[in-house]
Amino acid sequence: MSSAAQKETRKAVAELGDKYKYGFVTDIEMERAPKGLSEDTVRYISAKKGEPEWMLEWRLAAFRRWVQMKEPDWARVHYPKIDYQNAYYYAAPKSTPLKQSLDEVDPKLLETYNKLGIPLHEQMALAGVAVDAVFDSVSVATTFKEKLNQAGVIFCPISEAIRDYPDLVKKYLGTVVPVTDNFFATLNSAVFSDGTFVYVPKGVRCPMELSTYFRINASETGQFERTLIVADEGSYVSYLEGCTAPKRDENQLHAAVVELVALDDAEIKYSTVQNWYPGDEDGKGGIYNFVTKRGDCRGRKSKISWTQVETGSAITWKYPSCILRGDDSVGEFYSIAIANHFQQADTGTKMIHLGRNTKSRIISKGISAGKAQNTYRGLVSVYGKAQNARNYTQCDSLLIGGECGAHTVPYIESRNPSARIEHEATTSKIAEDQLFYCLQRGIPQDEAVSLIVNGFCKEVLQQLPMEFAVEAQKLVGISLEGSVG
Amino acid sequence: MLEIKNLHVAVDGKEILKGLTLSIGAGEVHAIMGPNGSGKSTLSYTLAGRAGYDITDGSILYKGEDLAAMPPEERAAKGVFLAMQYPVEIPGVTTMTFLKTALNSQRRARGQSDLDAVGVLKLVRAKAKALNVSEEMLKRALNVGFSGGEKKRLETLQMALFEPSLAILDETDSGLDIDALRLVAEGVNALRDPARAMLVITHYQRLLDYIVPDRIHVLAKGRIVAEGGKELALELEAKGYEHIVGQAA
Repeated sequence: MSSAAQKETRKAVAELGDKYKYGFVTDIEMERAPKGLSEDTVRYISAKKGEPEWMLEWRLAAFRRWVQMKEPDWARVHYPKIDYQNAYYYAAPKSTPLKQSLDEVDPKLLETYNKLGIPLHEQMALAGVAVDAVFDSVSVATTFKEKLNQAGVIFCPISEAIRDYPDLVKKYLGTVVPVTDNFFATLNSAVFSDGTFVYVPKGVRCPMELSTYFRINASETGQFERTLIVADEGSYVSYLEGCTAPKRDENQLHAAVVELVALDDAEIKYSTVQNWYPGDEDGKGGIYNFVTKRGDCRGRKSKISWTQVETGSAITWKYPSCILRGDDSVGEFYSIAIANHFQQADTGTKMIHLGRNTKSRIISKGISAGKAQNTYRGLVSVYGKAQNARNYTQCDSLLIGGECGAHTVPYIESRNPSARIEHEATTSKIAEDQLFYCLQRGIPQDEAVSLIVNGFCKEVLQQLPMEFAVEAQKLVGISLEGSVG
Repeated sequence: MLEIKNLHVAVDGKEILKGLTLSIGAGEVHAIMGPNGSGKSTLSYTLAGRAGYDITDGSILYKGEDLAAMPPEERAAKGVFLAMQYPVEIPGVTTMTFLKTALNSQRRARGQSDLDAVGVLKLVRAKAKALNVSEEMLKRALNVGFSGGEKKRLETLQMALFEPSLAILDETDSGLDIDALRLVAEGVNALRDPARAMLVITHYQRLLDYIVPDRIHVLAKGRIVAEGGKELALELEAKGYEHIVGQAA
């Protein structure tokens, strides 16, 4: 990876540094669907996107299913009932025509990106990171398309892919996370407004890290992005996703779906740094993050690796999973979940072993501070035909202060006697003697907490692209500032 | 350098130090000896500013400033170093990272600029060799799985690195065999300096064969009960604490 590419990403994450500096709102005229959710809303969105008939039908089928579904309540999170009729499901900057060069983009939008630390102009010039920036619902500008085109890599807004590559989209959309999968995924299927599509052709190693920044801007707008990444035989792609949202008193819903497909010998590495607004110190406001992320190791010897650093959101409900269908396929899940103040995180993974000699590895680091509740929920399931399946799970929890909670809920199912499943779990506290030792050597308290927590998370941080990891470390420290009295 | 007057310290409401008075000048090495429970560790933690060690009376002046008013990290930046009896483990944080973070934190507090990784590495390497601290040790997580000797060598390395004005060595000999003790003592002796004061806290006379103090104070029941030159250590060794403490009482 070019260092310029990482420099850019690094800069973007570095900006996450100064507390929650993203509490700004960009004043741009928005075009919205009427409030509420009905078949008409779905038709409105589909029409706005200029979608073909098959896509509209797909959405409507999802909507009809959704109205019969019940919101799940099994997670260890508590929140007031969401009124789905009291939200907007589509918001787009009014002045945005389809397909455009950067010069045509509203300068105010570009300013927003600058505040986010992802100056697109600069990126065009010097960085190797292609950014498909999602501003509320419409992808505003996609850079680096040309270079990727030369390699045969498709990286574009999913709305564009639906028009330009309908066969690929039809072939894979909804095949990993079915329309009927769960309440939030089904809702997303009905109303998703945009997202990212990536296709890496056979034998191609994607020449750059792909990166998307999501940002929820308009108030009372849910964001429902949809991401589909397909790695064809023998290909490789690494994808970085960073998320922020402005400060608001009301809660906002975010229900994304991410589908990954890895064919024979293909590898997908998907990294997330999630810093959605977590609400204030009294628990007011913040994002409700209900996300379905799943990867399908469809081919032999394929590999999917999830790495996530979750520091934001009032509520996190997220289980990036791997279906290990192909023989000898590998699934990995590396996670850091930090919950401070009144944040609630219920996150983990599912590793579904279907093929022979499939391997999975789960490393989860949960950090709780303030009055936060942090739950690891994970499933390892070995099916009858998964001869010699292997899983290793390590779940470590770190508590800061006496009012927070850490919970570990592992589910293990094995229908094949040759399976080997290991589970290790620890819970620890930042010890007073560790803090004193740091202080005595001149390290101030907040920095000492950051140092100790980063040490605790090391195995996961190492999975991030190196320079990106440096800045993620800072984020880890900042999200815990003042957590030790 | 250090001027302690009538110091009373309570831990959990229980008075441990009961009117301790002690003065150390620049360039001097003083030893505090005393039986278990006499308040030796309480004194070292109080000087370093550990939470929970409440000064109820008396004063501590360090270079003419009120030490008790400074938070522990400020004391460190101003040159107070405590080599701990039980150095703590910090999993996942390499020793080198820790040294760099500490060194730069102190520099920043003093208004100096950060040293980059290469600069820190050079500095550490130059000091590590004499203390037999290997590159491999510097890459391991701080004190995790270190032997007793390795831990104490690393404490001494930090002392060499931070170049404190006042170094307090709390039971540096505990957990060391004779070879390790000699190595650590040599490291400490190399740091004797006209501008530096040292306070060596120990239960046994053994350490003072290697680090020879200018003055010895005997601490018992929270007070200094006897003082003298280095020969006092031998007397203690020969007659035991009971004898001296009993005499003072």
